[in-house]
Amino acid sequence: MPDEPLVLGIETSCDETGVGIVRGHTLLADALASSVDQHARFGGVVPEVASRAHLEAIVPTMRRALDEAKVTLADIDAIAVTSGPGLAGALLVGVAAAKGYALAADKPIYGVNHLAAHVAVDTLEHGPLPEPAVAMLVSGGHSSLLLVDDLTAGVTPLGATIDDAAGEAFDKVARLLGLGFPGGPVIDRRAREGDPAAIAFPRGLTAPKDLAAHRFDFSFSGLKTAVARWVEARERDGEPVPVADVSASFQEAVCDVLTAKAIQACLAHGVRTLVIGGGVAANSRLRVLAGQRAEKHGISVRVPRPQLCTDNGAMVAALGSSLVAAGVAPSRLDLPADSSMALTTVSVAG
Amino acid sequence: MLVLALDTATPASTAALVEVTADGLRGIAERRTVDPRAHGEKLAPEIAATLAESGVRPGDLAAIVAGIGPGPFTGLRVGLATAVSMGQALDIPTYGVCSLDALGRAAGPGRVLVATDARRREVYYATYMDGVRVTDPDVARPADVASTVEKPERVVGEGGLKYGDVFGVPVEDHLLYPPGAALVALAAERIRAAAPSEPLTPLYLRRPDAVEPTGRKSVLT
Ligand SMILES: [Zn+2]
Repeated sequence: MPDEPLVLGIETSCDETGVGIVRGHTLLADALASSVDQHARFGGVVPEVASRAHLEAIVPTMRRALDEAKVTLADIDAIAVTSGPGLAGALLVGVAAAKGYALAADKPIYGVNHLAAHVAVDTLEHGPLPEPAVAMLVSGGHSSLLLVDDLTAGVTPLGATIDDAAGEAFDKVARLLGLGFPGGPVIDRRAREGDPAAIAFPRGLTAPKDLAAHRFDFSFSGLKTAVARWVEARERDGEPVPVADVSASFQEAVCDVLTAKAIQACLAHGVRTLVIGGGVAANSRLRVLAGQRAEKHGISVRVPRPQLCTDNGAMVAALGSSLVAAGVAPSRLDLPADSSMALTTVSVAG
Repeated sequence: MLVLALDTATPASTAALVEVTADGLRGIAERRTVDPRAHGEKLAPEIAATLAESGVRPGDLAAIVAGIGPGPFTGLRVGLATAVSMGQALDIPTYGVCSLDALGRAAGPGRVLVATDARRREVYYATYMDGVRVTDPDVARPADVASTVEKPERVVGEGGLKYGDVFGVPVEDHLLYPPGAALVALAAERIRAAAPSEPLTPLYLRRPDAVEPTGRKSVLT
């Protein structure tokens, strides 16, 4: 449909420089440059290293996206950019670049919420989102459960991690096991050869006393410490560490809590659709377990393909497209980067 | 030729419109906001206002000149990201100039020290003779700068104002931030020659703060 909005999205909130282009809910381009290799030796994302990489990558990534979509900036109807939450210096590179493109090409700019964009990206794969829906966003930077009534108007936070993000726990446990960074993919792989029931690791915030105050919150710090204690005890006793079993048991603990609370959130709010996004949504066990548990309750699970789950420009473009279609006013040129943007802000008001 | 100059290497966000002719320069408009934490918010509206008040559309621009620092990283990148994105969107060349050089050139005759605030009690600095740089940009404590560089007649830049006591020479407090016209003057030959567009590589002068993990800490102790 030619009259659907052609929207470009820019993402620089962490270590991925993304430029995506969509028309309506159709993905036309998704160009990505990652600085993940530069962070590997530090065992986590170094904000200044990420910010430097964004500045170097933004122009070539934009070039690739425009070429891939076979459009020019003049054709674009609006530019959306992640203006928060995320790493302050990294966000600022994307916001400044988005303003430069918007100014030069005379286009409206939308400063959008990164987490809402993680929800919106699913529309590129599965079409318009049935609302209300529950969204679970799990990555190295965030772990949240949200109630989505109208994505372009706002989302209601139901719960979030009170310490480490789920992806952070994967990174830390991978480091403990000497598996490198990032930890998610390698633990997923090693876990396939292991027994998820081999070691009974703790499930954070699932005890009755915790559920009262933290029904839909997560905690992964205790789990990470439990894995460290278990591994060190083996090493101290001079016994080999069964990496596959530790990986599988750790992963099971994370996925068990995440899916149990996500399903509970759906049931508590009478919601029949669960959307999962963020880098940890690429985890194979999480996808299987969520599907099995949801099916029992007649809940349908929507998870975009792994490429769209991790940070990218397409998700920002997808949210921008929904905002344009809903007639939401664009942001102004003094749009700030907001590293702690509240979930209730889907786009920054003009 | 109409040229847009941008600089965010100091607490100032500067946007200037300058006309480059065959034999000279003419400053048309300039906007500046001094706020070390607000480059990201201030610069783009300044550009829009500078162009609008001059009746110039972005498409009328022939080139963009940007100060590539040295300067505090986060703010510095705002100017550079804006410059490269505008250059790409307008398909016009971008040229980088050292932000200290703009102050040095504007300072005029004699031996001049340019010093800007590098935070952490240090300054970014370089020395100039009659507007031309004689020592490379570097970052150091003001006292170390004072004891290593040949004694200047004057100091310019807000680092000079902040550490005036240490440098012990007159401070030109009307010249604290890189002026737009001086930025363009430094690139004028390249603009007139329609030299190829340059990647705007920041002069960071410092490595990122990042420590590689050494072994792992026991949780059992
Ligand atoms: Zn994310």
